Amino acid sequence: MSADSKYYPWLPFVTLLRKEILRFMRVSTQTLLTPIVTASLYLFVFGATLGDRLHVLPGFSYAQFVVPGLIIMGVINNTFANTSSSLFMSRYLGGIVDLLVTPVSPPQFIMAYTLAAMLRGLLVGTVVWLISTVFAALPWESPLLAVLMAVIASFLFAQFGLIAAIYAHNFDTLSMYSNFLILPLVYLGGVFYPISILPDPWGTFSYLNPLFYLIDGFRHAIIGVGDTSYLVAFGVSFGIATILFFWAAWLIGKGYRLRA
Amino acid sequence: MRLYIRAMDALVIKKLCKSFDDVPVVKGVDFAIKEGEIFGLLGPNGAGKSTTINMIAGVVRLGSGSITAFGYDNQKDYRYTRRMLGVVHQEIVIDNFFTVNQALRMHAGYYGVKDDPAWRHLLVDRLGLKPHLNKVMLKLSGGLKRRFMIAKALIHRPRLLILDEPTAGVDVELRHGLWAFVREINQQGTTILLTTHYLEEAEQMCDRVGIMNHGELIALENTQALIRRLANRQLSLWLDNPLLVPPAGLEQYSPKLKEEGMLLLLHLPSGEGAGPVLRKLTESGMRIRDVETEQSGLEEIFIHLTGLEGG
Repeated sequence: MSADSKYYPWLPFVTLLRKEILRFMRVSTQTLLTPIVTASLYLFVFGATLGDRLHVLPGFSYAQFVVPGLIIMGVINNTFANTSSSLFMSRYLGGIVDLLVTPVSPPQFIMAYTLAAMLRGLLVGTVVWLISTVFAALPWESPLLAVLMAVIASFLFAQFGLIAAIYAHNFDTLSMYSNFLILPLVYLGGVFYPISILPDPWGTFSYLNPLFYLIDGFRHAIIGVGDTSYLVAFGVSFGIATILFFWAAWLIGKGYRLRA
Repeated sequence: MRLYIRAMDALVIKKLCKSFDDVPVVKGVDFAIKEGEIFGLLGPNGAGKSTTINMIAGVVRLGSGSITAFGYDNQKDYRYTRRMLGVVHQEIVIDNFFTVNQALRMHAGYYGVKDDPAWRHLLVDRLGLKPHLNKVMLKLSGGLKRRFMIAKALIHRPRLLILDEPTAGVDVELRHGLWAFVREINQQGTTILLTTHYLEEAEQMCDRVGIMNHGELIALENTQALIRRLANRQLSLWLDNPLLVPPAGLEQYSPKLKEEGMLLLLHLPSGEGAGPVLRKLTESGMRIRDVETEQSGLEEIFIHLTGLEGG
């Protein structure tokens, strides 16, 4: 046995990142194809069928309005699903101990899970956008801001997925996060309608929905019109992402529910 | 920061304690393992062995006390100490998504070590995994998964291999093969810390043993010295003529008659030979047809020390 094989400090991170990417690629029917098909159905319903009969924003077709929301919804759902299911399965099946005994540090752990999840979310978002070109031509007012918002959204939900996976006791609890928290917040956050058309108090309540800022900021960057300013949308989203990152880092650094 | 304790200590455990929900499961355990030795940590279920091992490996947080591996603290210098350790967990832990080959390469990477194909092939060859290299884990049998666990723990060439019940539920042939391989890598310089319920194997494998019970270390000694010190020998005397009662003057040997008085059983205290008692019996006119002696092993000592006899 050699006493000290040469140690590459970056290798544990790269390996874990690669493993996380391979994990979702290996089950790509479930992790990539299914969300793309779901989003395509939304695009078909709102772009090709109902779209012509609905007008919610002057100067834009309904398809142009709804596509940015569907793209960001794909990013959000898939980023969350990736970190939450991967980490929870590791905890549930006991595979997490394989990582806990290695020199993978908490920052490497968080960043590997986060980047792999962001890649999946952004990949789904990109494919949804490509398919959407059949139904709507988007003006792409500020493409860099749109990409930045998608990156923030994916980062934010990767952290939320990690946190949910750590706190969840079983699959039921985990599915509650997506079914009873993310889904209503996405649907009520302005994916399908501008919140400015809502009567009070619903319009005011919508400003308390953190997902509204992600959806509105992304759409604003694409079509040039939003319910709130860039500064507020980006500021709130970035702030929430930062809080969730430190929360996840604290949990993982402490080994909360990971180490007995 | 490196702490120079003793040049030859692979592992030093001091005043190790751990409680779960205020119930203490490890209570102030102290022991050290010398580099190159095979050390057995034994004890009944719930004795605290796995918790101790999991604290060494980093799976369980320390309650209090300290663990030093090769001079480095396993909390402050965890990135170094974890590289020095290879762990075979009691439960089978595998990632069903990947093939044997992929998983082994991945594990080397987790430890910050680049894949060494020659070493990887040697491991899979020695552990009989070669025909299964491209199978996904899900398709491996229980025995193959156990072998994979050992290959995985050795892929980064650790200096200390921790085996927590590696042969639990494994057939005799595989058990023998695994222990032969463990001996081989020990001879090449890897220190071994193992737990097993097969005490005969521990007796054959371990240079030293520590016995835990109720979270405490109740014995820590060279295996053979412990057996010599605590073992009893049973002397079985087959007689020519049956006895109705044991002969007088043998009370210190706890005499028992069996086989309708034709077999006299005597317990010889540790360190006492059979000569004096045999001489005494023959001088009293007893005719002895045959003599058998049987020495208690680690298992009987373990039962005696842990008080497991009688349930």
